[in-house]
Amino acid sequence: MNIIRRSFLQIAAPIGLALSVGFFAPTAHAQAQKTLKFIAQADLKILDPIATTAYITRNHGYMVYDTLFAMDSKFEIKPQMVDKFTVSADKKTYTFTLRDGLKFHDGAPVRSADVIASLDRWSKRDVLGQKLAEATESWSATNDKTFVLKLKKPFAFVLDALGKPSSNVPFIMPERIAKTDAFTNITDPTGSGPFKMLKDEWVPGSKVIYVKNKDYVPRKEAPSWASGGKVVKVDRVEWLYIPDSATAANAISNGEADWWEQMPPDLIPLLSKNKNVKVDNIDPLGSMGMIRFNFLHAPFNNEKMRRAVAMVVNQPDYVLGIAGSPKNGKPCASYFTCDTPLASTVGSTLLTGKRDFDAAKALIKESGYKGEKIVIISATDQPIVQSQSLLTTELLRKLGLNVELQAGDWGTLITRRTSKEPVDKGGWSIFHTWLVGPDLLNPAVNFAIRGNGEKAWFGWPTDPKLESLRETFFEAPNAAAAKKAAEAVQARAFEFLPYVPTAQFILPTAYRTNLSGIIVAPMAFLWNVEKK
Amino acid sequence: MAVVAFIVFSLLYLTPGDPAAVIAGDVATEDDIKRIRQSLGLDQPFLVRFGTWVWSLFHGDLGISIFTNLPVTKLIAQRVEPTISLTICTLIVAIITSVPLGTIAAARAESKTDRAIMGFSVLGFSLPVFVLAYLLILLFSLQLQILPVQGYRPIAEGVWPWLKHLILPSLALGTVYAALITRITRASVLDVLAQDYIRTAQAKGLEERNILIHHALKNAAVPIITIIGIGIGLLISGAVVTETVFAIPGIGRLTVDAILRRDYPVIQGVILIFSATYVIINLLIDLSYVFFDPRIRY
Repeated sequence: MNIIRRSFLQIAAPIGLALSVGFFAPTAHAQAQKTLKFIAQADLKILDPIATTAYITRNHGYMVYDTLFAMDSKFEIKPQMVDKFTVSADKKTYTFTLRDGLKFHDGAPVRSADVIASLDRWSKRDVLGQKLAEATESWSATNDKTFVLKLKKPFAFVLDALGKPSSNVPFIMPERIAKTDAFTNITDPTGSGPFKMLKDEWVPGSKVIYVKNKDYVPRKEAPSWASGGKVVKVDRVEWLYIPDSATAANAISNGEADWWEQMPPDLIPLLSKNKNVKVDNIDPLGSMGMIRFNFLHAPFNNEKMRRAVAMVVNQPDYVLGIAGSPKNGKPCASYFTCDTPLASTVGSTLLTGKRDFDAAKALIKESGYKGEKIVIISATDQPIVQSQSLLTTELLRKLGLNVELQAGDWGTLITRRTSKEPVDKGGWSIFHTWLVGPDLLNPAVNFAIRGNGEKAWFGWPTDPKLESLRETFFEAPNAAAAKKAAEAVQARAFEFLPYVPTAQFILPTAYRTNLSGIIVAPMAFLWNVEKK
Repeated sequence: MAVVAFIVFSLLYLTPGDPAAVIAGDVATEDDIKRIRQSLGLDQPFLVRFGTWVWSLFHGDLGISIFTNLPVTKLIAQRVEPTISLTICTLIVAIITSVPLGTIAAARAESKTDRAIMGFSVLGFSLPVFVLAYLLILLFSLQLQILPVQGYRPIAEGVWPWLKHLILPSLALGTVYAALITRITRASVLDVLAQDYIRTAQAKGLEERNILIHHALKNAAVPIITIIGIGIGLLISGAVVTETVFAIPGIGRLTVDAILRRDYPVIQGVILIFSATYVIINLLIDLSYVFFDPRIRY
């Protein structure tokens, strides 16, 4: 018996040891690396931050690319890749010099030619880029580090355009990539940013892997929003996509993830109880919800009908509907993000005064509304869209309007909203969406405010007066004039109502308490974050 | 397969939705979407697009994802290991619990044991997978902290990391299949136990366990194998809820994500693979009948 037992042990012990080493021991490689596990707001599907305006792709862009300029927390545009720049006395010539030591991930130096090609591609897609292109006479490279922008006429928003913080961000790519047609997705994520993407390890729908770019030369200044020193303090970032929010909450509770970028407000009480997790609001600008009308068809081609809706929109209801609690949102009766320099209350009494259903009904009668069907298109897979849609549907019903809520998925909504047909032929009357604060900072970037008809955003409003006031904004010689011009735009917008702002809200973030250095900014930046 | 290919392509052509609009994002203009549609060839007539797709299929090319620009074959290949791993572990959980339980229930028909097993079976059917999944996570991951909440580790990273990420999903998903197979096993074995040859075996004084395993179970195997085969097909084609709750990058989620974004090449590729898998699995099941029932000849 003993012999049998001894023989068994002789065979089993090494096998058991080998299995236990293989089973339980983490690899030395994994132990040595400091990995940040980050649950992103969405699944990264498209790598090209110029071809799409999707925020997840913009955030990916900030990981792998760098920008010439960047906005800081005081809304000032600071040099980023640029070392120094000069502006001629007639304000028509800008000369830029790149910082020393800038390199792409493939080892090639960042050259003026790369910058010019990148900006050329960006200006074909971005609203502010197009405006800059209109004012541009030429871009030329003096040498590999110096390049010159010559304008046809002075344009006050050159630096604002080059330091634009949100989609489309003017990221700098290698010339060979930036030469791609602006409407074709690039597939090579080579940039010069603080992280490198490991494309071979990318599993769309699951994870994106980034590693620290050891060649990156950060600026000396402290980080502030997208500006300043982008010092990476982890070796590797696992950017996870966890579609189920309960699972994401469990993963952060359990320590399987370090940071959850945007969590639904209903899970705040659950995560707040965990002493190892901090629930925080790190987005100083938040996002703005909106009701967008279709201006091509009755009844919202009639200004009185749009005013009637705005008269009964109660922003605190939308705050609760979207954010779940007044702690995570607030009313914002401004077309420009509240708490930013150009935000104002000019013309906003329509949204802030008494919610008067009787007056609204009288206005509807005056408009000649004949019971035309109103179709609100919604997306049940987008809670922010769906909650607004439900609230607006209820409001319109209270006003006695013939309203139908047609809910599908987001993919269907964004396709259907391109239809210019009337509702009985597959068209629509209203859709809801939201935009992040940086996209609504001023009349230059707020594309939803435009009234340029067929070329406008979905809904296609036509209002030459609004367009003309917007042009005045671009002509503003200084900050005070710009402020005045923005107020005039807003006053007209509250008359014409290209859309109705519904609420300013923040989606809180949650992170493990062993993380430090998270940058307070309108988007999640992963540099400066330290994991203990 | 040709019919499947044609139907899939036609249905997707008729389905509302435009990947160009999804790619362009919320901020895009109509012109932007039009240009993207052109660059993707989505403005081409149906026959041109279908012809191009079929031509690529004949060359073994399932196409390129409209969004990720990765080959569809690569996207599917990335999901094969998690899907097969989950399928195998789920089947192991289901079979090792359901076949013995179903057999015991049949042998003890109408007894308390039978009712308890059938009760378990009804519960397994009735409890939604996601509820059971959350309960398992609560107990094993959050309370006891012995198993991970989510994710998948390839087997190349070690057997234990791989296995520990599969235990809870397999238990959650396996319970439903166990319930189904338990009922089928019970019914099938019960039917066989009423046959004359079983009575003959009992009259000859054979041990009950011997009769159950060697005479009853083997002859009851055909319907059990059939239902297990159907289960394999369903699991491979996507245990979407389980994959979502446990954040496993399986084929089910790949399909749902592709449908939501209207990533036509991925949807077409995945459905073709599904149909091929179904055909192969059904063929293997049909062939396996020969081993369990000598009366079956092909």
